[in-house]
Amino acid sequence: MAQPGGSPDATLHLRDIEVSYGASLALGGVTADVLPGTVVGVIGPNGSGKSTLLKAIAGVLSPSRGTIRLGAQDIRERAAQVAFVPQREEVNWDFPVTARDVVLMGRYRSKGWLRWPGAADRRMAESALERLGLSGMGDRHISQFSGGQQQRIFLARAMVQEPLVVLLDEPFTGVDVTNRKVFHETIQEFARRGIIVMIATHELGEVQETTDFVMCLNRRMVAFGPTPATYTPENLRATFGGQVAVFEASR
Amino acid sequence: MSYITEPLSYPFMQRALIEVMIVGTLCGLVGCFVVLRGLAFIGDALAHAVFPGVVLSYLAGRSIMIGAFAFGLITALGIGILSRTRRVSEDSAIGVIFAAFFALGVVIISRQGGFRKDLGSLLFGNILGVSATDVWATLIVGAIVVVILLALLKEFTLVAFDPTMARSAGYPVFALDVLMLLLVSATIVVSLQTVGNILILALIVTPPAAARLLTDRLGRMMVASVGIAAGSGVVGLFISYHAATAGGATIVLTSTAVFLIALVFAPNHGVLAGRWARRRGRHHVHHYHGAGEEVELH
Repeated sequence: MAQPGGSPDATLHLRDIEVSYGASLALGGVTADVLPGTVVGVIGPNGSGKSTLLKAIAGVLSPSRGTIRLGAQDIRERAAQVAFVPQREEVNWDFPVTARDVVLMGRYRSKGWLRWPGAADRRMAESALERLGLSGMGDRHISQFSGGQQQRIFLARAMVQEPLVVLLDEPFTGVDVTNRKVFHETIQEFARRGIIVMIATHELGEVQETTDFVMCLNRRMVAFGPTPATYTPENLRATFGGQVAVFEASR
Repeated sequence: MSYITEPLSYPFMQRALIEVMIVGTLCGLVGCFVVLRGLAFIGDALAHAVFPGVVLSYLAGRSIMIGAFAFGLITALGIGILSRTRRVSEDSAIGVIFAAFFALGVVIISRQGGFRKDLGSLLFGNILGVSATDVWATLIVGAIVVVILLALLKEFTLVAFDPTMARSAGYPVFALDVLMLLLVSATIVVSLQTVGNILILALIVTPPAAARLLTDRLGRMMVASVGIAAGSGVVGLFISYHAATAGGATIVLTSTAVFLIALVFAPNHGVLAGRWARRRGRHHVHHYHGAGEEVELH
């Protein structure tokens, strides 16, 4: 459950966010306040703007309208404290780096220019890998892991970044049951430490199990609120349109 | 032994030897990032686009590096800006504009009498005609490129591996990309004399591609790539001397030979290693980009 235990300075404020690709509006009307330690599920049909919203918060896309603040500051000024975990397909897994190299990338920003991660950073990376069940595998090339393990490497990288906000873009794709357990534990651990976790997912089964709050998108914000009150058939129908029948039948 | 010492009694061969080693080191190092960031096409466009600059400085009787630098700078910035506007598909825009630049260079030089001979040395390089000034210029520019590349190695690596995460962490990805294009551009310019406009891309792409087959670590890949590029330069130079073949093309073919050997014999990624592993019933787990299979390793 939401435990707003962190500092109020780490509250995420989204105000009337609108994102366009050229002339076409991808997403609009997103307004929400997310307290520290909250796990938010962002749901909606394909092309509803889930990924777009996460990328806007991450600063990868610039909103055409609205403001995104973390505490009192514009979120771009606190970019180092925003950890983005991209969809697995967006990364070249043939790149010549090991699992440890990837986790250490989470430390680069705090090192600043010209300085390399040192022994303390290596220890952090090692302990993050261990917590994600990958101890002793740091020296392996990233192509030698399964899809679920690759996602765990990315979670470890987000962990060592010491973030205030973690953004997960479709993290459950290709992840099996064993991996999901580690995922859920890690997400809960983030929340306990007062970190905001936002998960864009098309897997509605995960929403009730994992999240405190849910945001329904369909190119605009349909609903946002605590999961039990917001994850309702009415809201889902408004979000998914005709597709909700399939969902209800499968429940 | 005299196969090696005899050619080196000529000052032009001594200069050529030093030049190919510097150029090889530079191409091998920068090439790693051209390959890993997927810039091969842009690199080719850059090499072609500097051609009018080469021609103009040649006709003005100046070092070809001056004009090439000017055009390289314009082109690298131009590509950076093009990649920011989404009106025309980036690839098409690069293809259209920079092929046109190249044609412009050819048209300018074709106005001169007896242009075929000049055109040949500009297009394919003239390693034996390298002057001491050229060697110094290559060394200085090369040193600057290497220092910048190594100083920003961690940022360039992050941007090449996961540009989305780099941007979200607040890195100036666009500026880093443009800077990388400038380094590629400088590398192309100082290498033109050695291998020429047409073949320069081969010397930038082939050694890192071969090195990638030999190792899964970036550091080792960079060292191997430099070794392969510089080694191919030296070996190719001597072969071309004894066989009386074109220097630049012989160097490129030498590096291609190294690539083919690596492709067949590389310990993990080679064709034979793959066969051997399959015969032993062990699958060499390899998840290429977008592969859907799931294999757990224990």
